[in-house]
Amino acid sequence: MKLHDFIVTEAIVPELQATNRDGALRELVESLAAAAALPEVAVDEVVAALIKREQNGSTGFGKGVAVPHVKHPKIKQMAGTMGRSVAGIDFAALDHQPVFSVFLLLSPENQPQQHLQAMNILFSSLQEDMFRRFLRQSSTRETIIEVLDDADRVK
Amino acid sequence: MAKSARDIVVSNSLGLHARPAMQFVDTAGKFHSAIKVIKGGEEPYTADGKSVMQMIILAATEGTPLRIEAEGDDSDVAVAALAQLFMDKFGEE
Repeated sequence: MKLHDFIVTEAIVPELQATNRDGALRELVESLAAAAALPEVAVDEVVAALIKREQNGSTGFGKGVAVPHVKHPKIKQMAGTMGRSVAGIDFAALDHQPVFSVFLLLSPENQPQQHLQAMNILFSSLQEDMFRRFLRQSSTRETIIEVLDDADRVK
Repeated sequence: MAKSARDIVVSNSLGLHARPAMQFVDTAGKFHSAIKVIKGGEEPYTADGKSVMQMIILAATEGTPLRIEAEGDDSDVAVAALAQLFMDKFGEE
């Protein structure tokens, strides 16, 4: 599996307008719905599920990245996207630092293996200092896609 | 330095996803010992048991065998406590 197998590139948000966690989650879910990766009618429920997931334990795993994710019956096909915040967002991260890159992953309920595989691919890249740094510097959708392409190429 | 190890199998149906990975790291952090979690097979990987990111990279599905290794003065208790998390299926099905 590669990043491109689940990241919906049309839904990438190079500059999040939201300044808080819940707003960023909504913005990214709406972006996936606009790209037809998720039914519009599922947006509110999925956002609520993501917020609940964050309240149970932040997915801000440190180093300026957060990976909010949820398995939900309304999600028929795994879909992910990425949003970038210039100012940084408080995600109640484990290292108490603001988050500049948010990767959202939505998975169907009945495919835990596929979900783990996608998380594996994502975190393998997020471990790399250069990957995180390049993402933070990429101000357009095109440059973000290039960074993701590069990450896929080295695997 | 004292060393301990235990072989376990992931037994919860959702596998070692983010929540159990964080639970593992929380418990690992209570011990002085250095903790490693080793996955063999076709895609071998050794995770630092105190790093959430590395634990998620293991992508250990249900049925995956893993080895927990600890090195330090409390390695025995650390390995026992961490193996217990797997036996309890991290509180899941």
